Amino acid sequence: MGRYRWRRLRNAIIVTLSISATVLGVGWLVLILGALVFEGFGGLSLTVFTNVNSGPGGGGGLLNSIVGSLILTSLATLIGTPVGILAGTYMAEYGKSAKLTIVVRFINDILLSAPSILIGLFVSVIIVKPTSHFSGFAGALALALIVIPVVVRTTEDMLSLVPRELRESATALGLPGAYVIRHVCYRAARAGIITGVLLAVARISGETAPLLFTALNNNLFTVNLNDAFPSLPMAINQYYSSIYDDQKQLAWVGSLIISFAVLALSIIARALSSTRTSS
Amino acid sequence: MATPGGGKLERFLKPLKSERKKLVDVTLSGKVEALAVATSRTRILNRLRITDILFRQLARASAIGVLVILGGIIVTLIIGGSQAFWTFGFNFLVDETWSPASGREKFGALGAIYGTLVSSFIAMLFAVPISVLIAVFLTELCPLWLRRPIGIAIELLAGIPSIIYGIWGFFIFKPFMQATLQPALINTFENVPILSSVFEGPPYGTGLLTAGLILSIMVLPFITAISRDVFEAVPAVLKEAAYGVGCTTWEVVWHVVLPYARVGVIGGIMLGLGRALGETMAVTFIIGNNHRVHSSILAEGTTISATIAAEFGESTGLHQSSLVALGLILFAITFIVLAAARMLLSRLEKRVG
Repeated sequence: MGRYRWRRLRNAIIVTLSISATVLGVGWLVLILGALVFEGFGGLSLTVFTNVNSGPGGGGGLLNSIVGSLILTSLATLIGTPVGILAGTYMAEYGKSAKLTIVVRFINDILLSAPSILIGLFVSVIIVKPTSHFSGFAGALALALIVIPVVVRTTEDMLSLVPRELRESATALGLPGAYVIRHVCYRAARAGIITGVLLAVARISGETAPLLFTALNNNLFTVNLNDAFPSLPMAINQYYSSIYDDQKQLAWVGSLIISFAVLALSIIARALSSTRTSS
Repeated sequence: MATPGGGKLERFLKPLKSERKKLVDVTLSGKVEALAVATSRTRILNRLRITDILFRQLARASAIGVLVILGGIIVTLIIGGSQAFWTFGFNFLVDETWSPASGREKFGALGAIYGTLVSSFIAMLFAVPISVLIAVFLTELCPLWLRRPIGIAIELLAGIPSIIYGIWGFFIFKPFMQATLQPALINTFENVPILSSVFEGPPYGTGLLTAGLILSIMVLPFITAISRDVFEAVPAVLKEAAYGVGCTTWEVVWHVVLPYARVGVIGGIMLGLGRALGETMAVTFIIGNNHRVHSSILAEGTTISATIAAEFGESTGLHQSSLVALGLILFAITFIVLAAARMLLSRLEKRVG
């Protein structure tokens, strides 16, 4: 009887612990989001979106940083997505069991979780240091290198889910391989591939480390990609340690904007992928 | 007949030749309409074949491009860091002096390596049990309607950019550590022999423990997500059989689920560790950027990535080379950890699939 009670007790302890762990995990999300809303919401106003930061103590907004982030993110996605989709296509369609595919899959998985600061370091050493000036191009390239592995992985996974019969029937109609891939397989895997791209965009739109020594930051409004380039994460990185309250406030507002943009993107991506699986 | 272009060109040309032969046949037959049809057919087939080959080669080149990226990173880091390795030799790994002041430049990576390993170790110490417990809750205890929302909340935690953790850690968590947790730890362990030097003050607020705790929140969703997935892959029959003979939930988890899912959970832990080791923005704000090796985990320290983030922008010469060499060390450590993680997880996929 004693042994039975001990087993019951031990089970109760573990159940309690795992419930508390879950409360802790979810609670932490609430704490972080709560702090963002609490500290950032007050500073959210139209001037944040319409004004360029006017220096310490002068108020202003984040217009240049927001526009900069949008440009950098789109450019990186534009560079990274085609390469990623093509590489994923090779792995899923052409070289399914080729040695190259096995190696690329392994390397890609490593790149997927490699420290992003090393990507920044790499781009900085090969582009920024030789040309001796920071540039938006270098920043976009660094972000593109982060997009590629994400897109490669989802493209390969999604194309592998396309039924073989679909390819076979298209081929039987006399369509050449590339045509089958582009007009049949891509269409079947479209939702999944778009999900992958959205997740990649969500990931890079908050990345800071790769921009530290590539695009750096710019307090002026600029669209010149050959110069130091503004972005929202770098603005936060610059303002958080400021002694001026209005700049600290801007750092919080920026954090709020990024977080909710990223969360919205990942929720859209999730919704997209779940409609695909349910239909 | 063999062209020097090799087999591929030959294969490409052969159908064209047969097409041309047909064209000649049609022409000889003297029917003009048939000629027009045949010519346009040849042209279309021709174009299709070219795009076919072009697309295939483009895809192949992109796949090779992924390898080139990694190769480029490795080569760049080795070349960039070689000056530091030549200058300091093996001492670079075991020396904690880090002095960029011109004239007496001396660099040793020990402080940064130590900080990286210790902060990641602290992170894993907290994140692993919590993540596994959350995964147990999600797969064994949670009512069905709550499973999805909690799962999504945990995954959202993974989506929050690291700089947000940095900001949050700097403005919210650091003051809490400084005012509450660190003084409490210092007072509690003041008179305990060994622990007193592990929890030695003063309470800066920043430091290795603060960084480790923030890192643990960051890697928690990664480990949870993978643990949950491998727990779900445990065949229901096994669990039902154990419940059937009267096991408690904990006994089912400990004796059935965990042994079955062990490899996957370890893979998830390694993946989380890889994240923790290389994390930059969340750590830079709150670790204190101090290259000394100190016995106390409350002391300010630094990590490899935090050092690079703080100093690389303006660095030149030997200083820059030393930072790149640090990057190479970080790359080597994370590569080994991530490669191990992938091997374990792919072994699992093979077993499940």
